[in-house]
Parts: sequence; structure tokens; C-alpha cells
Amino acid sequence: MSKKSDNKAVSTKSNAPEFTKDEDLYAYREMLLIRRFEEKAGQMYGMGLIGGFCHLYIGQEAVVTGVHMASKKGDASITGYRDHGHMLIVGLDPKAVMAELTGRAGGLSKGKGGSMHMFSNEERFYGGNGIVGAQVSLGTGLAFAAKYRGEDNVSLTYFGDGASNQGQVYESFNMAKLWSLPVIYIIENNKYAMGTSLERAASTTDLSQRGASFGIPGEQVDGMDVRMVREASERAIKHAREGKGPYILEMQTYRYRGHSMSDPAKYRSKDEVQSMRTERDPIEQVKTRILDKGWATEDELKAIDKDIRAIVSEAADFATNDPEPDVSELYTEITV
Amino acid sequence: MARMTMIEAIRDAMDVKMGQDEDVVVFGEDVGYFGGVFRCTHGLQAKYGKERCFDAPINESAIVGAGIGMATYGKRPCIEIQFADYVLPAYDQIVSEAARMRHRSNGEFTCPMVVRMPTGGGIFGGQTHSQSPEAIFTHVSGLKTVIPSNPYDAKGLLIAAIEDDDPVIFLEPKRLYNGPFDGHHELAVTPWSKHEKGEVPEGHYTVPIGKAQIVREGSDVTILAYGTMVFVAEAAAREQGIDAEVIDLRSLLPLDLETIQKSVEKTGRCVVVHEATLTSGFGAELAALVQQHCFYSLEAPVKRVAGWDTPYPHAQEWDYFPGPKRVGAALKATLEAK
Ligand SMILES: Cc1ncc(C[n+]2csc(CCOP(=O)(O)OP(=O)(O)O)c2C)c(N)n1
Ligand SMILES: [Mg+2]
Repeated sequence: MSKKSDNKAVSTKSNAPEFTKDEDLYAYREMLLIRRFEEKAGQMYGMGLIGGFCHLYIGQEAVVTGVHMASKKGDASITGYRDHGHMLIVGLDPKAVMAELTGRAGGLSKGKGGSMHMFSNEERFYGGNGIVGAQVSLGTGLAFAAKYRGEDNVSLTYFGDGASNQGQVYESFNMAKLWSLPVIYIIENNKYAMGTSLERAASTTDLSQRGASFGIPGEQVDGMDVRMVREASERAIKHAREGKGPYILEMQTYRYRGHSMSDPAKYRSKDEVQSMRTERDPIEQVKTRILDKGWATEDELKAIDKDIRAIVSEAADFATNDPEPDVSELYTEITV
Repeated sequence: MARMTMIEAIRDAMDVKMGQDEDVVVFGEDVGYFGGVFRCTHGLQAKYGKERCFDAPINESAIVGAGIGMATYGKRPCIEIQFADYVLPAYDQIVSEAARMRHRSNGEFTCPMVVRMPTGGGIFGGQTHSQSPEAIFTHVSGLKTVIPSNPYDAKGLLIAAIEDDDPVIFLEPKRLYNGPFDGHHELAVTPWSKHEKGEVPEGHYTVPIGKAQIVREGSDVTILAYGTMVFVAEAAAREQGIDAEVIDLRSLLPLDLETIQKSVEKTGRCVVVHEATLTSGFGAELAALVQQHCFYSLEAPVKRVAGWDTPYPHAQEWDYFPGPKRVGAALKATLEAK
């Protein structure tokens, strides 16, 4: 059972492990890239350049960033449809991600997948997924394959609080523990599944304990503090890599925007969102630390932001001007 | 008479039945507090309480499974699956349990359950928000499958479905929720408030399950369509100046073969149109039935216009979608065939 389960508490800043200067600057840059990318995607959606469904990751940046800092090259990751951040953090080209959103030939899936369906074998990114919960069993299989091949890679399987109620999650938990698979189940608990709050959909809301009856250890983590995320992830990944089986991390986080671009988010108060933004913002936390410690000046941070904005603008331009795929592409890559 | 959108008409049907019958319960993902992602259940929880209109976790298989339990016990659950694309985790419960309950218990138990779901494309939803899975239901004996194309039919058919003692799959063409989309995506859609089929009577009425409707009379060719394709078919006939008879099937199973047969015997030609992929689609069943029952009246092979046999695309939606141009070409070819 979880060593943390009996005296578990939401981690607070006071016991947060310190980052080095390089680590804080890295986290700042990566999180800001995700934020600016998502802001741009939101704008492009508003301009009609991106159609259909588009789910922004704004507010949750510390989760993928901290997990990534604890992982190594070769580890697999898989998530749901709120996937842009997961792709940027593993190093996928912002231009190709943005161009997939706009459905262009230069998109990561050549326009076949859209916002929810991008992949990279190179970076071991096994996709976004439009079916809530589906990635959990797939991610379990990734861990099985890594173990079977004798590789020391783990599977980073991300899913939401809403997804955590799906039946296949529990079927997966059982198999993962039974077969002692190297999978870290990362539940991004942003408190809402579309318009339904966790309390309205879950009989127990401590999601870190959802693996208890299978003997899977779990922890609740302050998912707005990238240091806490990295620390817990290191523990979980070590556990899995050492052959001790699956581990659950409930990342307590928050999405600032609506569920998707078409959601006005009327099911929660403006105050709730505002207090998260002003008191817990993951990027502001790092920024304050950097300034307090004198690791960079306000101007130097602005220069980083400028740099990132340039990368994002370039991605947007590419995604706007790249041609649409040829109609014949409809019939490619179905079966061979 | 009030004009309503299809969303309002669907809500009104549930409202009428909830008011009349204590056993009617409405639930699904985001259905209670939030009122449904398409707002179809908006206000029902406030009016009837949390015991009768409520949220379910994201659990399609157990939502439908529990619905079947409720229904066999004597309730009348009306379940919403958020998009038809998400019904697949519940397919086992629908096929192995709901559809088989009456037969295997020799009528001891029935399953008076409705499973509503938005279907079809045209909204840039890509592969997980656009599919048309009707054929996976019509392939299953023990189910009824209906698909209205306008607010009037939506309300009447939904009331009929809730009152039906057997499980009914109720497909809602989401591209028609707010107005009759005819495939001309470059043009704005006329809202239902400006369309005669937006007129919806107050209170209780039904549209019988198993009855098609001729929405355009004609003598040269019969078009069999349902859902969004009804309007696409009408547009195609109008634009090509073809005297086509358009039949809105409304109910796929049971099917109104009589209306189809009469029409094809009159016109001698038939084109079947659906959004779903071609191979093993419901159009195959229709084509087979038409040739079997109208063989000696046919002057041309039955033609099918459908989605291409590809996953529903993200880019190139309008190359995939069988719009008025493709339907028009099929009509012409069918008229020219000797
Ligand atoms: C099987 C399935 N059912 C329903 C949906 C519709 N849906 C899409 S996202 C969502 C909410 C999921 O919430 P959560 O898991 O908390 O992730 P978040 O959006 O908060 O990141 C729902 C119900 C779906 N995509 N797939
Ligand atoms: Mg959530």
C-alpha cells in the first residue's frame, strides 16, 4: 500500500524542494511556451483558422513540465485530447502542432488527426485521444511492451478527473498491478469534467486512492507547483523503473479556460477562476522565485517571453500559410 | 403554434413525458446541473429535481447497463450519450442486454429505454465527434432505431420512443439542431424559427415509429434519405431541376417498406443517401430491399451516395461529406442509366 496514504496531505510550498537556477529557468521557459502557444491557438480559433474542438491546457502547465523533468528520453507518454502541452514538453515542433490544429499538410498528422490526434514515435508520444479514458488501457499496454522488451522505459499515462471514473481505468489498474507494469498513472485533477465538477460525478474525491484496492500506491500532489510535481514524479518513476509496478499521482491543478473553445464555463464562478490565477498560477510562482533570488532580472524574463512569442508567431504563420493536404490524402494510411 | 429549435423540441418531449409519467428519468454526462452540452436537458433538473434528471460520471457502459436495470424493473430511462461516437463502450450492454431482454425472457421482461445521441458530421468534429453509427444498431434485432430530421418529428418521435416498451436508439443529427442544413456549408443556415418544420405543437403528440414521410413529391426518381441528408437530397433535386421524390425514412428499424415500395414502383429509379461510410452501411440494406421488392419496376440500378470509406476526416470535411453536388451527380447518372 501507499506509504503516503495514511498521513497524506496536499503538499504545501513550505516543504517544496528547491530548484536550481537552471531548473527554475527551464521550467519558466517551458511553461511559458505552452501558455503562449495555447493563447495563440485560442486566438486562431476565434479567427476561424482552427475549427471544431480545441482544448487548451492553460493553467495546467506545471504538470507536464514537472513530470518531464523527472523522466528520461525513451519514456513513453500518452494522454487525452488536452494534449498540446504534452507534445510541446517532449520537444515536438510548435509549427507542426499548430499546423495540425489548422488541418494543414505540414501538421504532425498531415491534417488527419486535428487537435486531439498527434503522435511521435521519435519522442515516444503515443497521442492525444478523443475517447475519454481510452488512453489508460493503451498506456498500460505501452508499459507492458517496455517491460517485455527488457527496456527500462516507463509509461507516463495522463488522464483527467472525469476520465478517472471510466471502467477501463480499473481494468487497467488491476492488470498493471497483477503484471507489475512500469506505468505511472497521472491524473490531472482540474476539478471539472466539462460542466460537471468532481463532487457531482465521484463517490470519493481523493483520486490518489483509486488504486488502493489493487494495492497501487498513490499521492496527491500540488500540481500548480512544478517543484512538487517533479519531486513526486521522481518518486513514482523510480518505483516503476525499479520494477515495483504502477504508481498513481493525482495532480491537483486547474484549467483557466472553458473545457473547449465553445464552452463559456458558466458552471463555476469567476472568483474561483480568478483566485486560482492570482494565487496559484504555476508560471507566476516560478517567476517570483527567479526574481526573488536574483536569478534573472525583470528585463531578462521579458526577453525570454519575447523569444517565446517569436516561436509561437512563427508557428502561427506556418499553420496559416501551409497548404491544405491533397484530397487524395483522405484515402491514405487506412490499411495497407 | 410555437416555433422551436430541434434542441428545444427534444427538451419539450422529455418535459411532457416527465410531467405525465413519474417513471421517466433522464440522465447522462453533464445532463443534470449543466443541462447537457447541447442544452437538450436544460432546466429539467430545476423543474423535476435531482432524482429525475441527473448527472452521471463518464461511464457509458454502466450508464446504459444501469438504464437497462431500471427499465426492466419498470422505470422509463431516457439516457443521453454525449456524442454517438461515445456509445461504443456501451455497445455490449445495448446488444447483449437491452436488445435481447424481451426475447430471452420470453416477454417476461422488456426494456423500455431510450438512448439519445447526437450523430453525424458537418461541425468540424473530426473522427470522434462526427460519425454516423446507425448501421451498427440496425444490424441488431431487438432494437428500434429512429432519426428525426426536424423539430416536429423530433418531439413526436421522442415521445413515441419514451412510450415504447422496447429499447429505442434515438439519433439526433446535430448539424440540424439549429436549422435545416442542406450541405451548403458556405452559406448561413436558416434557423428553425424561420422554417415551417420548426412549428411544434404544445403538449403531447406522437410521430409513430416505423412511418416514413414523403417530404417532396416527384415522379422521376426516389431518394431515400434520413437525418441531415433529407435536406441535402432536397437541395440536390432542386438545384439539378430533377423531379425527385424525397422520402425521409425517420425510422430505420422498423422500416416503412410500404412507402418506399410505392414510390419506387412509381418512379422506377432509386438513389440512397447517407452520411455514414458506404460499405455495410444502412444503404446496403435499403438497396437490397428495393431490388428485392421493386425489381420489376426498376429501370436503373439503385445507386448509393455515402461518406467515403475512410475515417471521418479533420481536414477536408467537405470533400468527405456527401453534399448536394455529389447527390446531384448520382441523380443525373441514375436518370441517364438505361
Ligand atoms: C467515452 C467518452 N465519453 C464522453 C466524452 C465527452 N467528453 C469529452 S471531454 C469530457 C470531460 C472529461 O473530463 P476530464 O477527464 O476531467 O478531463 P479535462 O477535460 O478536465 O482535461 C467528456 C465528458 C468523450 N470524449 N469520450
Ligand atoms: Mg477534468
